[in-house]
Amino acid sequence: MPDIVQEGEKHQAVPSDLTLRVKSLESLLVEKGLVDPAALDVLIDTMQNKVGPRNGARVVARAWMSPAYKQRLLENAPAAIAELGFTSGQGEHTVVVENSATVHNLVVCTLCSCYPWPVLGLPPVWYKSAPYRSRAVIDPRGILREFGTQLPDDVEVRVWDSTAELRYLVLPERPSGTEVMNEEQLVSIITRDAMVGVAKVTLPSSRGRA
Amino acid sequence: MNGAHDMGGRRDLGPLESEKNEPVFHASWEARVYALTRAMAAWGKWNLDASRHALELMPAVDYLRMSYYERWFHRLASQVVEYGMVSKEEIDSGKAAPGSMKATPAMTLATSSHWLSRGIPSSQDPHIRPRFEVRERVRARNIDPSGHTRLPRYARGKTGVIVRDHGVYLFPDSNAHFQGEKRQHVYSVRFAATELWGEIAPPRDSVHLDLWDDYLERD
Repeated sequence: MPDIVQEGEKHQAVPSDLTLRVKSLESLLVEKGLVDPAALDVLIDTMQNKVGPRNGARVVARAWMSPAYKQRLLENAPAAIAELGFTSGQGEHTVVVENSATVHNLVVCTLCSCYPWPVLGLPPVWYKSAPYRSRAVIDPRGILREFGTQLPDDVEVRVWDSTAELRYLVLPERPSGTEVMNEEQLVSIITRDAMVGVAKVTLPSSRGRA
Repeated sequence: MNGAHDMGGRRDLGPLESEKNEPVFHASWEARVYALTRAMAAWGKWNLDASRHALELMPAVDYLRMSYYERWFHRLASQVVEYGMVSKEEIDSGKAAPGSMKATPAMTLATSSHWLSRGIPSSQDPHIRPRFEVRERVRARNIDPSGHTRLPRYARGKTGVIVRDHGVYLFPDSNAHFQGEKRQHVYSVRFAATELWGEIAPPRDSVHLDLWDDYLERD
């Protein structure tokens, strides 16, 4: 079983026997007929290859290109997102909140890890981490600074704590200088972080100035 | 219940670290735990609220020390025993007890797409009346349930304004304990940052929480 040796965890120290314990639990559940290994593979493949922030970027780019789509998205996000073919579970109660020159939205789940799966996939480690969950509600501007964005004092910050089954997607501001870009080009600059609200969308040339 | 999971408003939980080009799973065991958890949920022995509560019941030192999927692993290993699907001896040995019955999986390859697209129940049931209206001022009740709740500590006793009625959802405080769905309206409630954190907070900023009827009272 050479794959055990290769597996590392960058973020958290994990007991070395966890790989074995998970394998043991899986083989037991399979032996008892409680899970189908082929179904497990489909679940993993969906999250690794089919669902992810590219879906959300497509939604945002379409909203930037089409005022009519944007209006539908803000009024009934699940239906507008489904128009683009993104319909997997945990997205049926999606709400889209729009950033502007005067309002910045930021999404968190202080109680667990709620996240809009169909448009962003599974959340990154930092989103599920204690530092983010605890501070996003009390110091959202500090969180934004740590991600490289300094918001002016006169911008209103709205934090959305996902305490129920509603799932929030931020519609970032379209940066100036993108007027000539087509939808594909727009998709390539729209980041997951901007759709959670911890960053803004920037042009590639202005990236990394944090 | 008041617990380590209810962490909104703390500042002592360490630095924020984000990883560039982060993979969806950091190791294959994480992917397997994720998939096992979802496949086992298909049996319907527990619900989403009960599953969330199972994580909350972890001792705080374990909750804060463990990685996300490590918590999921421990939750699943205890759920399958608690709900009688696997014995403690089977978990320890990794082998089915001799002579035990073999089930047919609740989620199979053929039904996996159904389970993947299955949503969380809600409705616009007109027979369930909202207790509050948009623009109404409300106070989050100062309650301290001993079981599951989705009313965070930092909002209890604070006043806010209803900005949207999301429709009818199951009530987590009862549903997590299999004490009924108690369907009721959920609202987006806007709390001024200064109401939650005091005068130090920027005056325009706000935090919106999605709160059930039973969490709210008229201000």
